[in-house]
Amino acid sequence: MQVPYTVEERPETGLNNSKLGIWVFLASEVMLFGGLFSAYVFLRMAAPAGEFAYWGSKLSVPMATVNTLVLISSSVTVIMSWASLKMKDFEKYKMYMGLTLLCALIFLVIKYFEYTGKFHHGIYPSSSTFMAIYFTLTGLHGLHIIGGMIVMGYFWLPAGNKMWHTEPDHFTNRIEVAGLYWHFVDLVWIFLFPVLYLL
Amino acid sequence: MSDHDHGHIEEHIRVYLTVFGALAVLTVLTVAASYLDVSNTEAIFLALAIATVKASLVAGYFMHLITEKQTIIYILCLTFVFFLVCMFIPLITIIDNTAL
Repeated sequence: MQVPYTVEERPETGLNNSKLGIWVFLASEVMLFGGLFSAYVFLRMAAPAGEFAYWGSKLSVPMATVNTLVLISSSVTVIMSWASLKMKDFEKYKMYMGLTLLCALIFLVIKYFEYTGKFHHGIYPSSSTFMAIYFTLTGLHGLHIIGGMIVMGYFWLPAGNKMWHTEPDHFTNRIEVAGLYWHFVDLVWIFLFPVLYLL
Repeated sequence: MSDHDHGHIEEHIRVYLTVFGALAVLTVLTVAASYLDVSNTEAIFLALAIATVKASLVAGYFMHLITEKQTIIYILCLTFVFFLVCMFIPLITIIDNTAL
Protein backbone atom coordinates (compact mmCIF):
# COMPACT_ATOMS: atom_id res chain seq x y z
CA MET A 1 0.00 0.00 0.00
CA GLN A 2 1.28 3.45 -0.90
CA VAL A 3 1.08 6.07 1.85
CA PRO A 4 -0.35 9.22 0.22
CA TYR A 5 1.16 12.73 0.30
CA THR A 6 4.67 11.74 1.37
CA VAL A 7 6.23 14.12 -1.16
CA GLU A 8 3.51 16.29 -2.64
CA GLU A 9 1.54 18.69 -0.45
CA ARG A 10 -1.93 17.79 0.70
CA PRO A 11 -4.27 20.60 -0.51
CA GLU A 12 -6.18 20.85 2.82
CA THR A 13 -3.08 21.43 4.96
CA GLY A 14 -0.58 22.80 2.45
CA LEU A 15 1.93 20.28 3.82
CA ASN A 16 3.02 16.75 3.09
CA ASN A 17 1.73 14.25 5.64
CA SER A 18 5.12 13.44 7.14
CA LYS A 19 5.80 17.10 7.94
CA LEU A 20 2.39 17.54 9.57
CA GLY A 21 2.79 14.22 11.41
CA ILE A 22 6.18 15.05 12.94
CA TRP A 23 4.99 18.49 14.11
CA VAL A 24 1.92 17.03 15.82
CA PHE A 25 4.21 14.45 17.43
CA LEU A 26 6.62 17.20 18.54
CA ALA A 27 3.68 19.15 20.00
CA SER A 28 2.89 16.09 22.15
CA GLU A 29 6.57 15.94 23.11
CA VAL A 30 6.44 19.58 24.24
CA MET A 31 3.65 18.59 26.62
CA LEU A 32 5.55 15.51 27.84
CA PHE A 33 8.63 17.53 28.77
CA GLY A 34 6.42 20.48 29.79
CA GLY A 35 4.76 18.28 32.42
CA LEU A 36 8.15 17.30 33.81
CA PHE A 37 9.46 20.89 33.78
CA SER A 38 6.30 21.81 35.66
CA ALA A 39 7.10 19.07 38.18
CA TYR A 40 10.60 20.54 38.52
CA VAL A 41 9.18 24.01 39.31
CA PHE A 42 6.72 22.44 41.76
CA LEU A 43 9.47 20.49 43.58
CA ARG A 44 11.83 23.47 43.61
CA MET A 45 9.17 25.76 45.11
CA ALA A 46 8.40 23.21 47.82
CA ALA A 47 12.06 22.44 48.65
CA PRO A 48 13.88 24.15 51.56
CA ALA A 49 15.83 27.25 50.45
CA GLY A 50 19.16 26.36 48.86
CA GLU A 51 18.39 22.63 48.62
CA PHE A 52 18.24 22.53 44.79
CA ALA A 53 21.32 24.75 44.42
CA TYR A 54 23.23 22.48 46.86
CA TRP A 55 22.48 19.26 44.95
CA GLY A 56 22.86 21.03 41.59
CA SER A 57 26.40 22.04 42.57
CA LYS A 58 27.30 18.33 42.67
CA LEU A 59 26.80 18.09 38.88
CA SER A 60 29.67 18.63 36.45
CA VAL A 61 29.21 21.92 34.56
CA PRO A 62 32.25 21.34 32.25
CA MET A 63 30.88 17.94 31.13
CA ALA A 64 27.42 19.41 30.49
CA THR A 65 28.91 22.41 28.62
CA VAL A 66 30.84 20.07 26.32
CA ASN A 67 27.66 18.02 25.84
CA THR A 68 25.73 21.17 24.93
CA LEU A 69 28.32 22.04 22.28
CA VAL A 70 28.30 18.43 21.01
CA LEU A 71 24.52 18.46 20.65
CA ILE A 72 24.50 21.88 18.92
CA SER A 73 27.14 20.55 16.51
CA SER A 74 24.98 17.51 15.78
CA SER A 75 22.07 19.83 14.98
CA VAL A 76 24.23 21.52 12.36
CA THR A 77 25.51 18.23 10.89
CA VAL A 78 22.00 16.77 10.62
CA ILE A 79 20.74 19.83 8.75
CA MET A 80 23.85 19.71 6.54
CA SER A 81 23.03 16.08 5.70
CA TRP A 82 19.57 17.22 4.53
CA ALA A 83 21.06 20.17 2.59
CA SER A 84 23.51 17.74 0.93
CA LEU A 85 20.60 15.62 -0.30
CA LYS A 86 18.91 18.77 -1.60
CA MET A 87 22.09 19.38 -3.61
CA LYS A 88 22.05 15.72 -4.79
CA ASP A 89 25.36 14.95 -3.04
CA PHE A 90 24.80 11.54 -1.49
CA GLU A 91 28.41 11.05 -0.34
CA LYS A 92 28.28 14.29 1.66
CA TYR A 93 24.96 13.18 3.14
CA LYS A 94 26.61 9.97 4.36
CA MET A 95 29.47 11.95 5.90
CA TYR A 96 27.25 14.47 7.71
CA MET A 97 24.81 11.82 8.94
CA GLY A 98 27.79 9.77 10.16
CA LEU A 99 29.06 12.84 12.05
CA THR A 100 25.60 13.34 13.58
CA LEU A 101 25.61 9.76 14.85
CA LEU A 102 29.14 10.24 16.20
CA CYS A 103 28.05 13.39 18.09
CA ALA A 104 25.06 11.50 19.53
CA LEU A 105 27.40 8.72 20.66
CA ILE A 106 29.83 11.20 22.26
CA PHE A 107 26.89 12.78 24.11
CA LEU A 108 25.83 9.41 25.50
CA VAL A 109 29.38 8.44 26.50
CA ILE A 110 29.79 11.73 28.42
CA LYS A 111 26.37 11.17 30.02
CA TYR A 112 27.46 7.64 30.98
CA PHE A 113 30.53 9.01 32.77
CA GLU A 114 28.37 11.63 34.50
CA TYR A 115 25.90 9.03 35.74
CA THR A 116 28.55 6.53 36.89
CA GLY A 117 30.45 9.36 38.60
CA LYS A 118 27.34 10.10 40.65
CA PHE A 119 26.78 6.41 41.48
CA HIS A 120 30.41 6.08 42.64
CA HIS A 121 29.78 8.88 45.12
CA GLY A 122 26.64 7.14 46.35
CA ILE A 123 24.30 9.61 44.65
CA TYR A 124 21.16 7.99 43.25
CA PRO A 125 17.68 9.21 42.19
CA SER A 126 16.53 8.39 45.73
CA SER A 127 19.17 10.71 47.27
CA SER A 128 17.05 13.87 47.00
CA THR A 129 14.11 15.35 45.12
CA PHE A 130 16.59 17.28 42.96
CA MET A 131 18.41 14.09 41.99
CA ALA A 132 15.07 12.35 41.34
CA ILE A 133 13.97 15.01 38.84
CA TYR A 134 17.53 15.29 37.44
CA PHE A 135 17.71 11.58 36.61
CA THR A 136 14.11 11.58 35.30
CA LEU A 137 14.61 14.55 32.97
CA THR A 138 18.09 13.62 31.71
CA GLY A 139 17.14 9.92 31.52
CA LEU A 140 14.09 10.64 29.37
CA HIS A 141 16.18 12.99 27.24
CA GLY A 142 18.83 10.25 26.90
CA LEU A 143 16.15 7.82 25.71
CA HIS A 144 15.22 10.37 23.04
CA ILE A 145 18.86 10.50 21.95
CA ILE A 146 18.90 6.70 21.64
CA GLY A 147 15.60 6.74 19.70
CA GLY A 148 17.00 9.35 17.29
CA MET A 149 20.19 7.32 16.84
CA ILE A 150 18.19 4.20 15.90
CA VAL A 151 16.19 6.05 13.23
CA MET A 152 19.14 8.04 11.84
CA GLY A 153 21.40 4.97 12.02
CA TYR A 154 18.88 3.09 9.87
CA PHE A 155 18.85 5.92 7.29
CA TRP A 156 22.65 5.93 7.31
CA LEU A 157 23.00 2.19 6.62
CA PRO A 158 22.60 0.80 3.07
CA ALA A 159 19.35 -1.00 4.04
CA GLY A 160 17.75 2.30 5.04
CA ASN A 161 19.18 4.62 2.39
CA LYS A 162 18.56 2.50 -0.72
CA MET A 163 15.37 4.54 -1.19
CA TRP A 164 17.61 7.44 -2.29
CA HIS A 165 18.27 5.62 -5.57
CA THR A 166 14.60 4.97 -6.32
CA GLU A 167 12.69 7.84 -4.66
CA PRO A 168 15.16 10.63 -3.83
CA ASP A 169 12.53 13.24 -2.92
CA HIS A 170 10.76 10.86 -0.53
CA PHE A 171 14.08 9.95 1.10
CA THR A 172 15.06 13.64 1.44
CA ASN A 173 11.76 14.28 3.23
CA ARG A 174 12.48 11.40 5.62
CA ILE A 175 15.81 12.98 6.54
CA GLU A 176 14.14 16.38 7.01
CA VAL A 177 11.57 14.86 9.37
CA ALA A 178 14.23 12.92 11.31
CA GLY A 179 16.19 16.18 11.51
CA LEU A 180 13.19 18.06 12.93
CA TYR A 181 12.96 15.47 15.71
CA TRP A 182 16.71 15.79 16.34
CA HIS A 183 16.53 19.58 16.61
CA PHE A 184 13.75 19.17 19.16
CA VAL A 185 15.98 16.88 21.26
CA ASP A 186 18.65 19.61 21.07
CA LEU A 187 16.06 22.22 22.02
CA VAL A 188 15.04 20.31 25.17
CA TRP A 189 18.70 20.09 26.22
CA ILE A 190 19.10 23.86 25.73
CA PHE A 191 16.61 24.29 28.62
CA LEU A 192 17.74 21.29 30.69
CA PHE A 193 21.33 22.55 30.81
CA PRO A 194 20.78 25.85 32.67
CA VAL A 195 17.82 24.60 34.70
CA LEU A 196 19.63 21.57 36.14
CA TYR A 197 23.30 22.53 36.07
CA LEU A 198 23.51 26.29 36.48
CA LEU A 199 20.60 27.45 38.68
CA MET B 1 17.74 20.76 -9.35
CA SER B 2 18.34 24.09 -11.06
CA ASP B 3 21.30 26.37 -10.38
CA HIS B 4 18.87 28.75 -8.71
CA ASP B 5 17.83 26.10 -6.13
CA HIS B 6 21.47 25.15 -5.63
CA GLY B 7 22.35 28.75 -4.80
CA HIS B 8 19.33 28.95 -2.52
CA ILE B 9 20.54 25.97 -0.46
CA GLU B 10 24.07 27.36 -0.29
CA GLU B 11 22.64 30.56 1.12
CA HIS B 12 20.76 28.45 3.71
CA ILE B 13 24.02 26.72 4.66
CA ARG B 14 25.67 30.08 5.38
CA VAL B 15 22.74 30.92 7.71
CA TYR B 16 23.07 27.53 9.47
CA LEU B 17 26.77 28.11 10.14
CA THR B 18 26.10 31.63 11.46
CA VAL B 19 23.39 30.28 13.79
CA PHE B 20 25.79 27.56 14.95
CA GLY B 21 28.35 30.24 15.86
CA ALA B 22 25.71 32.23 17.74
CA LEU B 23 24.58 29.12 19.66
CA ALA B 24 28.15 28.30 20.68
CA VAL B 25 28.76 31.86 21.90
CA LEU B 26 25.45 31.88 23.81
CA THR B 27 26.35 28.55 25.47
CA VAL B 28 29.62 30.03 26.78
CA LEU B 29 27.68 33.15 27.80
CA THR B 30 25.18 31.06 29.82
CA VAL B 31 27.99 29.43 31.77
CA ALA B 32 29.75 32.79 32.31
CA ALA B 33 26.48 34.40 33.47
CA SER B 34 26.04 31.70 36.12
CA TYR B 35 29.21 33.02 37.85
CA LEU B 36 27.85 36.57 38.07
CA ASP B 37 27.14 37.86 41.55
CA VAL B 38 23.41 38.42 41.13
CA SER B 39 20.32 37.47 43.09
CA ASN B 40 18.62 34.12 42.58
CA THR B 41 15.70 35.67 40.71
CA GLU B 42 18.03 37.59 38.39
CA ALA B 43 20.09 34.44 37.73
CA ILE B 44 16.95 32.46 36.81
CA PHE B 45 15.72 35.25 34.54
CA LEU B 46 19.10 35.61 32.82
CA ALA B 47 19.60 31.85 32.26
CA LEU B 48 16.07 31.37 30.91
CA ALA B 49 16.35 34.45 28.69
CA ILE B 50 19.54 33.13 27.05
CA ALA B 51 18.00 29.64 26.73
CA THR B 52 14.91 31.16 25.06
CA VAL B 53 17.08 33.04 22.54
CA LYS B 54 18.99 29.82 21.77
CA ALA B 55 15.77 27.81 21.44
CA SER B 56 14.30 30.47 19.12
CA LEU B 57 17.38 30.28 16.89
CA VAL B 58 17.10 26.47 16.67
CA ALA B 59 13.33 26.51 16.07
CA GLY B 60 13.41 29.48 13.68
CA TYR B 61 16.38 28.60 11.48
CA PHE B 62 17.21 24.88 11.90
CA MET B 63 13.54 23.84 12.06
CA HIS B 64 12.60 26.47 9.45
CA LEU B 65 9.74 27.86 11.55
CA ILE B 66 10.23 31.40 10.25
CA THR B 67 9.24 30.27 6.75
CA GLU B 68 6.92 27.39 7.75
CA LYS B 69 3.25 27.03 6.74
CA GLN B 70 0.45 28.54 8.86
CA THR B 71 -0.96 25.10 9.77
CA ILE B 72 2.17 24.30 11.80
CA ILE B 73 2.26 27.74 13.40
CA TYR B 74 -1.36 27.29 14.58
CA ILE B 75 -0.58 23.87 16.05
CA LEU B 76 2.42 25.30 17.90
CA CYS B 77 0.52 28.35 19.19
CA LEU B 78 -2.09 26.03 20.67
CA THR B 79 0.65 23.85 22.17
CA PHE B 80 2.33 26.91 23.66
CA VAL B 81 -0.91 27.94 25.42
CA PHE B 82 -1.21 24.51 27.04
CA PHE B 83 2.50 24.54 27.87
CA LEU B 84 2.03 27.85 29.72
CA VAL B 85 -0.94 26.42 31.63
CA CYS B 86 1.28 23.50 32.59
CA MET B 87 4.04 25.82 33.83
CA PHE B 88 1.64 27.94 35.88
CA ILE B 89 0.02 25.00 37.69
CA PRO B 90 2.76 25.01 40.41
CA LEU B 91 1.80 28.62 41.20
CA ILE B 92 -1.51 27.34 42.53
CA THR B 93 0.46 26.10 45.54
CA ILE B 94 1.19 29.75 46.43
CA ILE B 95 -2.56 30.44 46.59
CA ASP B 96 -2.86 27.24 48.61
CA ASN B 97 -0.37 28.45 51.19
CA THR B 98 -1.79 31.95 51.46
CA ALA B 99 -4.30 32.39 54.25
CA LEU B 100 -7.39 33.86 52.66
